[in-house]
Amino acid sequence: MGKKTLIIPCSGIGKAFGSISRDATFRVVDELRPEKAETNCLSLLVMGDEDAKRQVQTSKCIAVDGCSFECSKKNIETAGGKVFAHFRVMDLLRKHRDLKPVDVTFLDDNGVKLSKLLADEIAAKVDELGVETE
Amino acid sequence: MNIKPKVGVVSCSGECCGLGTLSRVATRLVLEDVRADDTVTICLPLFLAGSEQERGFAREFPTIAVDGCHKLCAKKAIEKYSAPTADSVDVEAILEEWRERAPSARRELDSVGIRLAGRIAEVIAEKVDIVRGDA
Repeated sequence: MGKKTLIIPCSGIGKAFGSISRDATFRVVDELRPEKAETNCLSLLVMGDEDAKRQVQTSKCIAVDGCSFECSKKNIETAGGKVFAHFRVMDLLRKHRDLKPVDVTFLDDNGVKLSKLLADEIAAKVDELGVETE
Repeated sequence: MNIKPKVGVVSCSGECCGLGTLSRVATRLVLEDVRADDTVTICLPLFLAGSEQERGFAREFPTIAVDGCHKLCAKKAIEKYSAPTADSVDVEAILEEWRERAPSARRELDSVGIRLAGRIAEVIAEKVDIVRGDA
């Protein structure tokens, strides 16, 4: 079994965008590409957990951010990881202006649609990056 | 007039397991419903990325960290970069005390998970009341 692509969402809690980044990531790692992708806690990584840091430093990373602050991307890079692809929910929303999400705790219909669209894009990128042989 | 500051309730990101989802949903229930008028949140990823606004809030105002597991990342982060938390919640420890299982799914909580999140939200709300001096 090769090394999986590591997908880290920002999981911002204040707006729906963070929830969508998180939901889309789980769709990919748990449902769409469980054999090729995995995730880990952003907060664990930033707090200096050695296993999490090693995982980031030795994996192809995909950052999934909700907003323009790009916390996931910044924190992966701070931890010494390389971001091979970067997605932002706000960019996806620009392409689908009719899907404005509102609810944060439990995604509303528009949030779910955006999450599915984003998950498909991330899954395609996971396929493109391939699985590294360990 | 005695104006009481709002309490910052800060959930870990907890992407690795259902415990993180539980801590996040419980926190959102407190913010949106159970103690909507008394609480705010700060965005932990932004806080961790170095936002001075988020870190400044946690220095100036009382915070309650809500962590999914015993690693206590939210609590440790706040105390490392801002100030001691006013209180904290370890969801994994609470489930052990209640003899409840952690949710198996992390994307969506089932009805059992949502009920647990509601109970944890009540625990957080009690701590909010104590921190604000309302208890």
